[in-house]
Amino acid sequence: MNLAELQKKLIAAARRQPPDDRVPYAFEKRIMALIAERAAVSGRILWARGFWRAAVSCVALALVCGAFSFFTPAATDSGNDLSQDFENTLLASADLPDNASPP
Amino acid sequence: MEERSEAELIAAVLKGDAASFEPLVAKYSPRVFATARRYARRESEIQDICQEVWLKAFDKLKTFRGEAPFEHWLMRMAVRTCYDFLRGHQRNRISSFSDISEPEEDWLERFVAEPGNSAEDADAAKMLIDRVLERLSPEARLVIQLLEIEDRSVKEIAKLTGWSVPLVKVRAFRARGEMRKILARLAKEKYL
Repeated sequence: MNLAELQKKLIAAARRQPPDDRVPYAFEKRIMALIAERAAVSGRILWARGFWRAAVSCVALALVCGAFSFFTPAATDSGNDLSQDFENTLLASADLPDNASPP
Repeated sequence: MEERSEAELIAAVLKGDAASFEPLVAKYSPRVFATARRYARRESEIQDICQEVWLKAFDKLKTFRGEAPFEHWLMRMAVRTCYDFLRGHQRNRISSFSDISEPEEDWLERFVAEPGNSAEDADAAKMLIDRVLERLSPEARLVIQLLEIEDRSVKEIAKLTGWSVPLVKVRAFRARGEMRKILARLAKEKYL
């Protein structure tokens, strides 16, 4: 069999075959609907992605704060707690020393 | 309503008016479908390819600089999408010619008997070339289709596919060899 001739004949047959350019009914409407649908979905995806990122950041921050409070050694000073220190500071000006005489 | 030019439609789409894309889809879909039908056989696959081409075109419209006609830009996208389709479906390629139909076999027998007189426009010849093309690798099929069947120049093919000119030449050489091997296998299976 002459393969070169067969190849030539088959290529010629393919050239004679006009491509069918029929388009299904309302194909452009389908494409536009898909584009609109994708736009809506991409908006939702954008929000969801933002929320996920925020959630991850919050969890990371909470973990850091937890670790910090867990590993920080407890204060070993006078034993007064923060509220007591605050009260002392606030009322320092009103406190009179024991040896002070009233005006 | 006054018909808007292509450039106006594209500019409107880029400004956010997606509805202006519809006339472009309606105008160029026949060409996109004709291209897809050269590479895929099933109607569902053809529609999937065309849908992908248009969605890609919409997404990448901002990369269209307007230096070449919109149609050329779109056809590049269509050819590349078809190539991706061929690569994605290359596992389905069949190697044997055992399922060849009776008219195809008759046509081959006539060709063997009288190579000069076998008709090129016979349906059997068309079916046979489709079978041969389906057995080619994706690169070979694309090159044979564009170079031999659509009669495009190497430069044009390079633009359409994104390959370099030397690469197109190398692939064309290999594709012809691949096609000859497939035809030799066909001849061996049927006549030896």
